[in-house]
Amino acid sequence: MSFFGLASREFRHGVHPPEYKELTATLPIRRMPYPREVIIPLRQHAGKPARLAVAVGDRVNRGDVLGEADGFVSVPVHASATGCVTKIGLYPHPDGSMDTAVCIAVEPFSPQVSRERVVPKWENLAPDEIVRAVQQGGVVGLGGAAFPTHVKLAPPRDIIVETIILNGAECEPYLTTDHRIMVEYPERVHLGARIMMRALGAKRVVIGVEKNKPDAIAALERTRPTDVDITILPLTVKYPQGAEKMLIKTVTGREVPSGKLPVSLGVVVQNVGSAASIAEIFDTGLPLLERIVTVTGPGIRRPSNLIVPVGTKLRDLIDSCGGLTDDAGEIVFGGPMMGNAIASLDTPIVKGTTGVVVLAKAQTREAATYPCIHCGRCLDACPVFLNPSMLGDYARMQRYEEMEALHLADCMLCGSCSFVCPSNLPLAQMFQASKSALRRVKTAKAGAA
Amino acid sequence: MIATRLLITASPHLHAKDDTPTIMWNVVGSLAPLIAIATYFFGPSALLVIGASTMGAVLTERLLGKGTSIGDGSAAITGILLGLTLPAGMPMWMAFIGGAFGIAFGKVLFGGLGYNIFNPALFGRAFLQAAFPVAITTWPAVGGPLKWWSLRGDNLALPFMSAHSDAITAATPLGLMKFEAKSTDLFNLFIGNTGGSLGETSALLILLCGGYLAWRRYLNWRTPVSIFVTVALFSGILHALNATYPTPFFMLFSGGLMLGAVFMATDMVTSPVTNTGKWVFGLGIGVLVVTIRVWGGLPEGVMYAILLMNALVPFINKATQPRVFGTRAAKEVAA
Repeated sequence: MSFFGLASREFRHGVHPPEYKELTATLPIRRMPYPREVIIPLRQHAGKPARLAVAVGDRVNRGDVLGEADGFVSVPVHASATGCVTKIGLYPHPDGSMDTAVCIAVEPFSPQVSRERVVPKWENLAPDEIVRAVQQGGVVGLGGAAFPTHVKLAPPRDIIVETIILNGAECEPYLTTDHRIMVEYPERVHLGARIMMRALGAKRVVIGVEKNKPDAIAALERTRPTDVDITILPLTVKYPQGAEKMLIKTVTGREVPSGKLPVSLGVVVQNVGSAASIAEIFDTGLPLLERIVTVTGPGIRRPSNLIVPVGTKLRDLIDSCGGLTDDAGEIVFGGPMMGNAIASLDTPIVKGTTGVVVLAKAQTREAATYPCIHCGRCLDACPVFLNPSMLGDYARMQRYEEMEALHLADCMLCGSCSFVCPSNLPLAQMFQASKSALRRVKTAKAGAA
Repeated sequence: MIATRLLITASPHLHAKDDTPTIMWNVVGSLAPLIAIATYFFGPSALLVIGASTMGAVLTERLLGKGTSIGDGSAAITGILLGLTLPAGMPMWMAFIGGAFGIAFGKVLFGGLGYNIFNPALFGRAFLQAAFPVAITTWPAVGGPLKWWSLRGDNLALPFMSAHSDAITAATPLGLMKFEAKSTDLFNLFIGNTGGSLGETSALLILLCGGYLAWRRYLNWRTPVSIFVTVALFSGILHALNATYPTPFFMLFSGGLMLGAVFMATDMVTSPVTNTGKWVFGLGIGVLVVTIRVWGGLPEGVMYAILLMNALVPFINKATQPRVFGTRAAKEVAA
């Protein structure tokens, strides 16, 4: 920290939740056995859902396309296991809704070997060919947002991307997914970085890693290629260090202008896991079929870092981690700060599922709420300098247009305000609801005009 | 397989430990030393007066508030703070009414905790000042021939009966300054060995308690610091121009300034929510306090200064919105 703001480019504000990473930080990634059934939603990414390309009764091989990319901001989804399509219909989705998914009965005795594929040599590919291969590989942001990775590799032509930032901050408590990827597969992360540099024509890569992962920093340093400009930047442990805008501020000292994309600063941010996935596509020719998931928390008997086929049901995942403890109270997909509580054990793991955190009953006890006492702690916590206290007052009164004037759109729902609120107000939840309410209000107005 | 009933709550699923009652009860706890020293200086009268105003506040909260709101501790703070601003000889029934009025009209009427515009303790005190101007300005002397356990006034007077007070009274340092142009020894002002309201006399103890609260982040240090700096600068300039005006030290350590700056102006509900706003709020209070004390008809102006600035809080909040991330045009740290 610097008193003069000169030495430090660190983003301001933020919060310090307990880390709880020790449960899984040192556990090697292991592969879970194939479940008997996988549920693969067509919508696993931001953008348009994939267009269905199979029918009930089809036999599919591991790696076959189940749904095609529907437009540029879309990626295909693939069969994560060899088997038979038994049903196509509505299944529980990690976002809490029901959505279209393909159910595959996995062949019990299949060796799960994929069909022969042509593996392109990335060194010989033009940037747009790399982008196409990444899209066909179904790669999305594996840090949770699940934005199609190839879209960020194809910026508007008039923009020159100088810097690629790989996000290894992993600032959410409990999660050690990216941590283990960096410790166990640092070469893949570096290879992914090289491929992205070629696709974007970028000059340098900065890999940001929070300082609570010294082994990850050491592994990345040890394997760092010397012929390209890749630096590893240790980051202060602070939530939400891994938020795109915060990370860019910390690395470059610059603020992404409100309402603009990072690319307007000539910066592209990708998750380290996504980088490793890109490397894998060009290594094996296989699309994104499985991901690494931290299964952790006081409510799970055997916390683990697992390689999980996409579409594995929560139920099977819990089973392969020894089951729930009697104390289990709430199951969260993602980290505890921004993750969604899951209602159904049949909810599948999707590409964007960074972790499964099973919280104890004592942790999830619904706390009493009090009126806002205007203590101002949320203002000191908000990393984008909003006034959550006043926004909360307006949300209660349903004055969404005033909220818009107070930059509701800049809220990224990180939950820092809710975390510190002594009155236990669900501020982030109120803002999320207000955002959609504001959209409705505006649509209604546009319709009336 | 699993018999557990799963909970579904909104993110974030983790939460910082402090909650609103914790903050409020910590403030109550930090007022305990002030009650103790008031009892040391003014005997059992202090406990009677503070007890009566606290009962008035808490019982009214119980009666009119929302069921459990008594448990959040905010009504207790109102009652104790009000008691600390009253003279030791105040009849208990008046103190009780002050607490009840502060909660009923200063807080519950506005919607309860979090919605009130004016500091309820000062609201109650303003009412008492208007209703019982004599009782609230009859200041028992500290020390003197009275035994410690004797009452400092007609604390036990029956409601609406005329109180007969034969207690020994003394003017407050501010009164001496205003009406007799006499100054008081700074050291006595600092430790509290002077006449005045129950809790306002010991500047030292107020600063210690406030320091604790600021360290635990239960009060925002910017408000009192802003008030102190403003009062010191403003009265310092006046004193430099005309030596008959009181010195900045006298201004800081006399009257209700310390108690007001540390415990009343920092009330979260009735002060600005932004840090910049807290500086502005403190500046306004400081200017008003010195203005009222120097040129006003009253010897003391802390109460009215804070109440006036309370009324401006919504405007201060609007005017001091923080700069949102990414909205400062073209001012960037060079990469």
